[in-house]
Amino acid sequence: MSNLMSGARILLECLAREGVDVIFGYPGGVTLPLYDVIYDNPIRHVLVRHEENAAFSAAGYARATGKVGVCCATSGPGATNLTTGLVDAMMDSIPVVALTGQVTSKLIGSDAFQEADTFGITRPCTKHNFLVKDIKELAQIVHEAFHIASTGRPGPVLVDITKDVLQGQAHYTPINEIHLPGYKVVTDGHAGQIRRAAQMMWEAQRPYVYAGGGILAAGASPELKELVETLDAPAVCTLMGLGGLPGSHPNFISMPGMHGSYTANMGMYECDLLIALGVRFDDRVTGRLAAFAPHAKVIHVDIDPAEIGKNRTADLPIVGDVKKVLGKLNRNLKELEPEMASKNSEGRNAWWKQVRGWQAEHPLEPVFSADEIKPQHLMYEINKLSDGKAIVSVDVGQHQMWAAQFIKFDNPRTWICSGGLGSMGFGLPAAIGAQMAHPDQTVFAICGDGGFQMALPELATLVNYQLPVKVIIMNNGYLGMVRQWQELFYNNRLSSVELSAFPNVELLAAAYGMKGRIVHTPMELASALKEAVDEPGPYLMDVRVSQFENVYPMVPAGAAINEMVLAPPQPVAVPR
Amino acid sequence: MLMTISILMENKPGALMRVTGLISQRGYNIESLTVARTLDPTLSRMTLMVDVESRLRGLVIKQMNRLVNVLQAADLTDAPAVMREMVLLRVRATQENRTAILKESEIFGARVVDSSVEGFALEATGASEKMEEFIAVMETYGEIEVTRSGMVAVSLEAKKLRLAPPISKGQPETVGQV
Ligand SMILES: Cc1ncc(C[n+]2csc(CCOP(=O)(O)OP(=O)(O)O)c2C)c(N)n1
Repeated sequence: MSNLMSGARILLECLAREGVDVIFGYPGGVTLPLYDVIYDNPIRHVLVRHEENAAFSAAGYARATGKVGVCCATSGPGATNLTTGLVDAMMDSIPVVALTGQVTSKLIGSDAFQEADTFGITRPCTKHNFLVKDIKELAQIVHEAFHIASTGRPGPVLVDITKDVLQGQAHYTPINEIHLPGYKVVTDGHAGQIRRAAQMMWEAQRPYVYAGGGILAAGASPELKELVETLDAPAVCTLMGLGGLPGSHPNFISMPGMHGSYTANMGMYECDLLIALGVRFDDRVTGRLAAFAPHAKVIHVDIDPAEIGKNRTADLPIVGDVKKVLGKLNRNLKELEPEMASKNSEGRNAWWKQVRGWQAEHPLEPVFSADEIKPQHLMYEINKLSDGKAIVSVDVGQHQMWAAQFIKFDNPRTWICSGGLGSMGFGLPAAIGAQMAHPDQTVFAICGDGGFQMALPELATLVNYQLPVKVIIMNNGYLGMVRQWQELFYNNRLSSVELSAFPNVELLAAAYGMKGRIVHTPMELASALKEAVDEPGPYLMDVRVSQFENVYPMVPAGAAINEMVLAPPQPVAVPR
Repeated sequence: MLMTISILMENKPGALMRVTGLISQRGYNIESLTVARTLDPTLSRMTLMVDVESRLRGLVIKQMNRLVNVLQAADLTDAPAVMREMVLLRVRATQENRTAILKESEIFGARVVDSSVEGFALEATGASEKMEEFIAVMETYGEIEVTRSGMVAVSLEAKKLRLAPPISKGQPETVGQV
């Protein structure tokens, strides 16, 4: 089968074959041929209000589904606007395919109107990128892009397509095979190593499971749960891994790291076997590396060989897809159980006693007040409404950490968070992507008053497509997380962190044609949130929280993970 | 420490930039770089010398191997390998020193590729240190002009080249879907 088609049609044909149902994008001169064929194509195009947000929405879609998210931008400024979103997807290993237009092949290199070296600019922002100058290569490259984005360690792939390719005509023959000789993905872990790992796990007195975003990428939640239950080990999920193990699971002891719980960090410090699964030993988790898990042997499972031994040497490295590896590991554990399980029961019991002791000593508990809304109270109420099921997308800052601490996720892919890059302005557009993917699910976008204003124009997108996203602004009047650092480490010299001239959210919502409300008192919080959730359409809520609350526990930068500051040095006076 | 990396990669636009980008991203300086097509015109062989903290050598190789265009990256620093560099050098040769220059050149196995009343153009190949000595010796005859090729290396171990097989679009092996 082969017939004459335009490059733009071929592109859409390939996207359909890849199962794409929605593209987040913004048009421009060079991509006009594409937009002309999108006009009556079944693939849905969502018009965002800024290309950065197209990339965030595509990532939100991908994070919520595991499928490849697709975004599209025109040449020059359109393409350069995508870059933050691409780096964000890169840092969190999110499968995204970005399509950009490029000036006509003949004009490349001539400083033509809206020409930018997209290929050069995005090389370090992507897992791989392509420039298509020949229509005969288009189909092949598009399929290669999807393959690279979605396999191995997932990541963003950019395809830059010249206008003459989009406009040109060629015979389209569906591609049935792609060939990437240098792209090697090891999915099966080494059988001997896996067996050895099972042995080490039974031998350990104080095993500790450290699970990350790789669990979600691999869809390995059931296998993780089985492992944790077979071993009966305490387990943490990193900021990227939340939902990988149900938040209500009795073995789940929350998140480790800079704002992790006392229990999670002490457990990390005291364990004798660290079972690291799909994690990359990020500095926000490890604190001072030299003092990280100092008593532990490390088993590290990751699909990316370059992650193993990068920050912490592994005593037992296993390269492979964590779902496959855990499947085999669980079988090995079961086989060894009768002979090994009872050997260390005394040590294991003492270990759990210690863990439960830490939990009782310093529980992660929300703070309430009768006169003002505490940020933790806000998260507590959202948690109650969500009941472990809602999709929660967050921005970056204090609210992000409180949300991670107090909202429980019982299912994978319900916590949408810019972990590695920490991009403000992420929460709202990512929620748009997640809501497009799951029209029937409740989606919260929790934003800081700073981050919200970076993505504010996307309210128009919410209204445009009537997406019932609940945008909750945790409004403390400050760039809260920066203020916290200035307070603690810069003598409370609050430089350029006060956010004045915040818009009236009720008027703002009305201006966009959606519902909105400001919430001032703790008494009205629960009912106001309920009202927002019950509203069939989008909702914008400005929750005025106490201004000077800080996130604790906190591991100061450069400190060891067990050197947590648990609470403010003295009661913080709230200036009126 | 100075690390020698040998890379077999696809001969495609941008492939070189991906490799050098990985080095410059870490703030390292490339000391020498040679690259050319192999017998198979779709592939290129690159030899790269770069100053890398020794504990990071393994990581750099892994990250190079992660590049989609790279078929194989190997650390030849401590491996059995032959490494050569070519030097093209011009030296002023007066009536008195012409014989001496030719004698010295012979010791270094250098060839005269041009001769004129002004002087000689010489071509030498060898290990970098030898070439450095050669240049130093020639400098004693006066002002010289030097062009060095950068290192080329060939491993003496037969390393099995593992290539990814073609992938059928029918059943993509996608991770991430539960
Ligand atoms: C694009 C971007 N710029 C700057 C920062 C640095 N930064 C991290 S947190 C933060 C403050 C965020 O303030 P706000 O959105 O009000 O949230 P809060 O911390 O108050 O919850 C800033 C500026 C960032 N993460 N991203």
